[in-house]
Amino acid sequence: MGQPETAPRSATGEMPHAGVFEPWNDPAESPLIRFRNVTKRFGEFTAIDDLTLDIYEREFFALLGPSGCGKTTMMRMLAGFEAPTEGVIELSGQDIAPIPPNKRAVNMMFQSYALFPHLSVWENIAFGLRRDRMPKRDLEARVEEMLRLTRLDQFARRKPHQISGGQRQRVALARSLAKAPKLLLLDEPLGALDKKLRQDTQFELMDIQEKTGTTFVIVTHDQEEAMTVASRVAVMDNGRIIQADTPARIYESPSSVYVADFIGDVNIIQGRATPDGDEAYRVDWAQGQTPLTASSATRFEPGQACHLAIRPEKVTISSDRPADAANAVQGKVHDIAYLGNLSTYHVELPGGVIIKAQTANTRRLSRRSYTWEDTVWLSWTATAGVLLAG
Amino acid sequence: MMRLSWFNTVSLTLGFAFLYIPMIILVIYSFNDSQLVTVWAGFSTRWYGELLQNEAFLNAAWVTLKVAVFSSTIATVLGTMAAYVLVRGGRFMGRTLFSGMIYAPLVMPEVITGLSLLLLFIGIGLDRGVLTIVLAHTTFSMCYVSVVVSSRLITFDKSLEEAALDLGCSQAEAFRLVTLPIIAPAVISGWLLAFTLSLDDLVIASFTAGPSATTLPIKIFSAVRLGVSPEINALSTLMIAIVTVGVITASLVSKRAMVRQQRDEQEAARAQ
Repeated sequence: MGQPETAPRSATGEMPHAGVFEPWNDPAESPLIRFRNVTKRFGEFTAIDDLTLDIYEREFFALLGPSGCGKTTMMRMLAGFEAPTEGVIELSGQDIAPIPPNKRAVNMMFQSYALFPHLSVWENIAFGLRRDRMPKRDLEARVEEMLRLTRLDQFARRKPHQISGGQRQRVALARSLAKAPKLLLLDEPLGALDKKLRQDTQFELMDIQEKTGTTFVIVTHDQEEAMTVASRVAVMDNGRIIQADTPARIYESPSSVYVADFIGDVNIIQGRATPDGDEAYRVDWAQGQTPLTASSATRFEPGQACHLAIRPEKVTISSDRPADAANAVQGKVHDIAYLGNLSTYHVELPGGVIIKAQTANTRRLSRRSYTWEDTVWLSWTATAGVLLAG
Repeated sequence: MMRLSWFNTVSLTLGFAFLYIPMIILVIYSFNDSQLVTVWAGFSTRWYGELLQNEAFLNAAWVTLKVAVFSSTIATVLGTMAAYVLVRGGRFMGRTLFSGMIYAPLVMPEVITGLSLLLLFIGIGLDRGVLTIVLAHTTFSMCYVSVVVSSRLITFDKSLEEAALDLGCSQAEAFRLVTLPIIAPAVISGWLLAFTLSLDDLVIASFTAGPSATTLPIKIFSAVRLGVSPEINALSTLMIAIVTVGVITASLVSKRAMVRQQRDEQEAARAQ
């Protein structure tokens, strides 16, 4: 199999739209999907808890969370396999509760792909179109178009068990896109693929989403995948959305310790905040240690308990104390995790707190500057960390 | 090739001897020229010729075949429907009771099933004949079908049906276009099971058969009571031959399908 032909993208994985694609910031836009105070209970268990959310047309929206957080239930309510216990779900302004799954302009790509094993790839893709009684010529043209879009032309006559996992994934995608739905739901679409293939397929998905202009809602527990493909990510826990925002904002300005900890790697330092100028705070974190400085747009009362969250890659490691650093602490190298391209140093501070600092391995390993038990300085700027309420 | 130890050789010989010696004796004596079943008087195929002249046996065979085809077909439809509801119907009121009740006839003594059916047919004034045997056979073979089909449905990926609904099928279309073609092998083996059960049933058939219709097992049983005739040996040999050919064909077909699927999967793996 060849590499997918994807256009070069920006390093952050953001969608290269003409202009800025932020319908959620535009009050004139009306959302395609609205969850309004939706609650779903299964007996005693509350799967979705009073959830309100807007998703806009042409968005690639990711629902991210640990298993059992309710993300799959949300998707199944959109597809029509579950009905909300309370609240309203609207699609283009219309309440979809009374509409059965086969009458909704919504299609779903299943986690298991759910390809019909007794039908060929071609017939699988044509299945939904046949239900609509589409004229033969249009149907054939549409199936061929889908086969081309997903690069499956040469496998059209094969049965699902005669093709590889990656090809099956593309058949499932082609089949769910064939009816040109307003909304495509993808339930862990890349879960069954190995890592290399998954990364290629992520870009393929983004390309296809752009080409077709369909709104995609993807369910995943893989935060890297959500960050790569999505225009917005909703981090869920226990049936609630903790934060819904762009991948960059979720990563750089998490709204809670849960989100900061769930997305990527993070150092959390507990302390007490004291206002120290405009949006600047002093954080007392350990007896006999110099207070840290951090900035925050949210207000903290003097002496309020807080968590300072700093990403490991924003912490610089050096053998001498940096002269102009806003925050600098000394510690001993406790552990080194070597990942090839990166190394993460686990540095133990005098109080026993371990701070991770990540550096890119631009030199060969033999020239590494620090090793176990070395005394080092860690430093970061005043704006590197996020101050979160504790 | 590995040589078997003497112990394994003995076990194998004993086991197969136990299973097949009676049948081999029956087949050998079907080619006996003598009128007496137990005395060998040279090789002959005369009893096969006489069997083809015997109207009563041929009629009974025809009745048996009709009964088996009709009852197994009806049982397959009803049994599949029951299995579908029990596996897919969710937790409706009385589900546990129904699923217990559908399997009860499996363990019910045949004599009791036969007797209760006989009382029912007399009670509603239904004349005993082909129809009553078909009804009786449908009753007891239906639960076998539903056991076979429901065990397949339990392992059936429910998302296939959901995908069909999602792509615009109604519930009925989803069943006809997706579920049924996929569970077809289980439905067919359920049918075959019901067919063979009906073919060799003696007890229930003797309760529900009337003077107008006699099945082959009843005919053989009553003929043997008057003394075993070589004709019956010939008839039994024919039945063994038919069953053997059927079983070998079925296993060859399924083996070939499996080999083909394995080859396809290997090719797909190589194509990656």
